[in-house]
Amino acid sequence: MVIDDLIEIAEKERAARKKHVVRCCMAAGCMSSDSKGVKEALEKAVKDAGLEDQVEVRGVGCMKLCCQGPLVQVDTNEPGATVEITTGNQGPLYQRVTPADAASVIGTLKGGKTTVQCGDPKDPFFTEQFSIVLANSGIVDPERIESYIAAEGYQALHHVLREMTPKDVVDEMIKCGLRGRGGAGYPTGLKWATVAKTPSLQKYVICNADEGDPGAFMDRSVLESDPHSVLEGMAIAAYAVGATQGFVYVRAEYPLAISRLQTAIKQAKQQGLLGSGIFESPFNFNIDLRIGAGAFVCGEETALMASVEGKRGAPRPRPPFPAESGLWACPTLINNVETFANVAPIVRKGADWFAGIGTEKSKGTKVFALAGKITNTGLIEVPMGTSLRKIVEVMGGGAPDGGRIKAVQTGGPSGGCIPADALDTPVDYDSLMKLGSIMGSGGMIVMDETTRMVDVARFFMEFCMDESCGKCIPCRAGTVQMHGMLTKILARQATVRDLQKLEELCEMVRSTSLCGLGQTAPNPVMSTLRFFRQEYTDLLKKDLYGGPNGNGNGEPKPAPTA
Amino acid sequence: MRGRDITSVPLSDMIATLSNKKKNRLPKILEHASGDKRFKILEAHMKKHQFKQDALIEVLHKAQELFGFLEDDLLLFIAYRLKLPASRVYGVATFYHFFTLKPNGKHTCVVCMGTACYVKGADKVLAAVEEKARIKAGETTPDGELSLLTARCIGACGIAPAVVYDGAVTPRQTPEQVLEKVKGWIGHGN
Ligand SMILES: Cc1cc2nc3c(=O)[nH]c(=O)nc-3n(C[C@H](O)[C@H](O)[C@H](O)COP(=O)(O)O)c2cc1C
Ligand code: FES
Repeated sequence: MVIDDLIEIAEKERAARKKHVVRCCMAAGCMSSDSKGVKEALEKAVKDAGLEDQVEVRGVGCMKLCCQGPLVQVDTNEPGATVEITTGNQGPLYQRVTPADAASVIGTLKGGKTTVQCGDPKDPFFTEQFSIVLANSGIVDPERIESYIAAEGYQALHHVLREMTPKDVVDEMIKCGLRGRGGAGYPTGLKWATVAKTPSLQKYVICNADEGDPGAFMDRSVLESDPHSVLEGMAIAAYAVGATQGFVYVRAEYPLAISRLQTAIKQAKQQGLLGSGIFESPFNFNIDLRIGAGAFVCGEETALMASVEGKRGAPRPRPPFPAESGLWACPTLINNVETFANVAPIVRKGADWFAGIGTEKSKGTKVFALAGKITNTGLIEVPMGTSLRKIVEVMGGGAPDGGRIKAVQTGGPSGGCIPADALDTPVDYDSLMKLGSIMGSGGMIVMDETTRMVDVARFFMEFCMDESCGKCIPCRAGTVQMHGMLTKILARQATVRDLQKLEELCEMVRSTSLCGLGQTAPNPVMSTLRFFRQEYTDLLKKDLYGGPNGNGNGEPKPAPTA
Repeated sequence: MRGRDITSVPLSDMIATLSNKKKNRLPKILEHASGDKRFKILEAHMKKHQFKQDALIEVLHKAQELFGFLEDDLLLFIAYRLKLPASRVYGVATFYHFFTLKPNGKHTCVVCMGTACYVKGADKVLAAVEEKARIKAGETTPDGELSLLTARCIGACGIAPAVVYDGAVTPRQTPEQVLEKVKGWIGHGN
């Protein structure tokens, strides 16, 4: 493969473009509402209407407004346009489409009318989005590499291999200011630089697609909608750090993402975009999949590497950091799915372009998975620094059924709850940290007045307790104790003393656990205590220090022995 | 904590499984394996990974796909073939939620208990099935018809609460809908 071949594929793809493109969402959310049946019915309807030479029915990735799926969008192409569809020329977006609706939707192309519910593409949910990572999502066909190539795919890889030295690439990544999207926000360029300068004959690149945070589905959507962008990002990273082998670690709960990745890797190999001598350069790079087996802790990088080596996913102390000694003790670069998906656009458009988006310390955009008690659930991508209010009230449409938003939870079991009166906070790494939460991987769960915060705290504690790998004692025993105390509080059996003990324990587990799981497990408790303390104290027993049996511990009265 | 299942097995049993029995059982297992096509497929899969010990998790995935669950003999067979101590194979198989050492029921109902589904009432959905089928999450009805399981987010949070019936993700479930769905699967044998 040389650049001319790439251009030829793209041109052929564009030349074959028909007047109308009917895009049908084939990501997991819509597929659970039979979007496959919808797509087949659309294809049949096109045939029945005799419009085959004018209309293409295309299975695409996530179209973002998951709560209204299955989604179908009907576009009309400008003849000869190089970019396919931009936000400006998107056609009507049909919602909750059933196979029976297909004929009338296609009928609109012949001037017919349809009664299918039609969303407004001018809704702030769509217009306020700023797409970098999701630019191809819902537009390209994730199962055809040609579709990605027509959207400028693999051009960045070519540019890097032919025009840039590995050091140039690392410098570009430092300059753009990208920070890891997996949670901690470590500067990506610095991480690449460390791996690049550690001498070794063998190095690895790992893509962390474990997405363990319950309530987050950004990485799944990226993998299902645009797998090649992740592969291209990984290949560029491998060239920059000097690796020849890559792994994508995906959780087993995402069968569709796994199959799309397998297809993408196969196609990239066939086209010579993975393998040896890529773009007739001396660069070799292969990618293999590793399937997780249901363990949250395996999202932690050292545990993940143990799992790739076929072991129990127990983390180990750092240093040494994976960048110096990782997989099989070789220098290993590990980044999140979304981090890798940012790489090719940065190379294509330049570090300065990227650095111009977002805030001073948090550059670029962030994808969030909006879920919970909110009208519009789905995926949004916004520039860093966008206020939470804009995200949940303007784009998300607020709480449904006239409810009132009480808090927004970010960062999953490692994060915290941000109260409604702090909604004006800009979303960036540092502002969220100040509020005792974290950016996390991008799960954003909205809670309304009916959600009890102590309940939420216990929910997350139960999660951490189950998921603790058991290697270090503070986490293994501490999560059990904290869970017990929260249960006691909810049962109205606790006193002020118990609450104090809980706070002490939170602090202890936070500061002494081995890995991030334990260190952040107290966060949901600490943050709800900080902003919703009243809800805890309301549940405490009134006789503050005494307790009914007067032993001073506030322990419940022993059951009467019969 | 992870891998807790294993502690509920009496220690004596475990030692028996892992040491004595292994010696006595192995010839039998291998003999049995030679007549079962699934073992052949599993071996071919191990061969694809060059019998590398790192491939243990991939091999366990394949084994579970072929056999439905991981019984002792199967784990011992894998340990033998990959030249790993049985304890290591057990350790890995019990660490990860995805692997099951017990057979599942004929039908499965997986209620997502991730955050998004939880705040949208998945706990009520689960409670409804638990009450109706008279089993707890993680159990199978005595007649082996239905296994009730929970998941930690299946990535379908946009359509919460989600329930997976026999592998098919179904959006926006209410207690009434879930009972309607599992009605045919419960109440035969008990
Ligand atoms: C308990 C725990 C779970 C984690 N889960 C994930 C995860 O699911 N996905 C992810 O990308 N990073 C996860 N991380 C963060 C990773 O350890 C690591 O920092 C990240 O993959 C680095 O990539 P980045 O620099 O691109 O963010 C987790 C960390 C901890 C402590
Ligand atoms: S929380 Fe249930 S699918 Fe994510």
